[in-house]
Amino acid sequence: MYSEKVMDHFQNPRNVGEIENASGVGTVGNAKCGDIMRIYFDIDDNQVIQDVKFKTFGCGAAVATSSMATELVKGKTIYEALQVTNKAVMEALDGLPPVKVHCSLLAEEAIHAALWDYAEKNGIKIEGLEKPKSDISEHEEEEDY
Amino acid sequence: MDRFVYLDHAATTATRPEVVEEMLPYFTEKFGNPSSIYSFSSQNKDAIVNARRIIGDSLGTDAANIYFTAGGSESDNWALKETARTYASKGKHIITTKIEHHAILHTCEFLEKEGYEVTYVGVDEHGIVKLDELKAAIRPDTILISVMFANNEIGTIQPIKEIGAIAREHGVLFHTDAVQAYGQLPINVDDMNIDMLSASGHKLNGPKGVGFLYIRKGIKIRNLIHGGAQERARRAGTENVPGIVGLGKAVEIAFATMEERTKKEIELRNYLIDRVMAEIPYTRVNGHIDKRLPNNANFSFQFIEGESLLIMLDMAGVCASSGSACTSGSLDPSHVLLAIGLPHEIAHGSLRLTLGDENTKEEIDYVIDNLKDIVQRLRDMSPLYEDFIKKSR
Repeated sequence: MYSEKVMDHFQNPRNVGEIENASGVGTVGNAKCGDIMRIYFDIDDNQVIQDVKFKTFGCGAAVATSSMATELVKGKTIYEALQVTNKAVMEALDGLPPVKVHCSLLAEEAIHAALWDYAEKNGIKIEGLEKPKSDISEHEEEEDY
Repeated sequence: MDRFVYLDHAATTATRPEVVEEMLPYFTEKFGNPSSIYSFSSQNKDAIVNARRIIGDSLGTDAANIYFTAGGSESDNWALKETARTYASKGKHIITTKIEHHAILHTCEFLEKEGYEVTYVGVDEHGIVKLDELKAAIRPDTILISVMFANNEIGTIQPIKEIGAIAREHGVLFHTDAVQAYGQLPINVDDMNIDMLSASGHKLNGPKGVGFLYIRKGIKIRNLIHGGAQERARRAGTENVPGIVGLGKAVEIAFATMEERTKKEIELRNYLIDRVMAEIPYTRVNGHIDKRLPNNANFSFQFIEGESLLIMLDMAGVCASSGSACTSGSLDPSHVLLAIGLPHEIAHGSLRLTLGDENTKEEIDYVIDNLKDIVQRLRDMSPLYEDFIKKSR
């Protein structure tokens, strides 16, 4: 069902983790649909993404697209990162099954959400960046087991 | 050496070698059409009679009430569609439950489009049908109640005898989809007031593509498959003789070994549940603790998603299944897990492990050891877990 690249990025995801005091954090998706992606950026004074980390709740494709998306934006300027589309992520993974295309959209949105957060924190406007469409809604009540 | 542990017996089972052996001659030397007049074919007729007798005996009924089909889905389709059509003049209302297999639910949706009304009765948090709701749903124009014997996902066993009594009391026909229960639980169709019962061969170590519908004597539902006069003119099509022979043999073995086999499965299943619950935090068991199929365990692991879990288990050589959306091809997780009241994100993180008699304690330990690591790995990757840990600090 999945390409070798997808399986590789699922089995050995790159850049999993968190960044404390990140320059920008974006969380998209919701638990109801079964996919949540969070991307952390460490962006330097020259607007270059020095480090990137992610956390994902979701299927194999969701994990793999998050991993690939972080690879594609690492070391790039924020404007280069903005150009990373879901299509680019999918191509880099040698494709996704049709039902999983939404996972790659989520990866693109997560990048945008993290950039938006960075722009807001720094009081700047990133040309071409729109406010991300989906953001995580407040969690439903946590349940104890 | 690569491990292979099969814990998905509710999906399908291996055909037993003794069953295959019994079937083989009916592909080659005994290939005759049972409907033919010459003596060469009479042995095929006899083989079908024998299988029908075994199955009739297993349900405490006359062999004449057993009709062979191409499997559980056909049996369900036949029972529902043709009861609906045959009894349409009496009424067009059917009662079923929210946790049925899709062979029932999608057939009901089809009938709704044809002008029938269907009431989907709810279940409690363990997955047991709410009998008061069921009783309240019965109307003068209700023609059929269809409730599964035991659920395929969470294994919950329904109070079939009571439901049968309710149906009988109201003069409504009662069908049960026993695809998961047949061969695992004792069933007596007269005791339990069952009017129709669907079962399948491949869930009890028989072949795929064969099953049967039990129809109580005197119930005259129409044919689903029209054509020749096979199955006393009620189900057309040249009999799947090797399949029917295999089904008969599988049923014979399943019922002869039921007590011992299910006792062993229950022990192993309880060991599995106890270890998982003791060693993996933020986990719940789905389904009823006692009223469940001997071989079924179903868990929800908070903060993680089922498909990821299945892929990682697969990499460890473990075959399992999940009720997550990603495994169902839709965006919604399992209708069964939602019906027992689980929130979406908990339903997404479900895992079903169903045992068979070849599974060993050593295999279960191997699976749990791997499962622990995998769940932790996925949680370490999960933003939901991160939020939960930060909140509880």
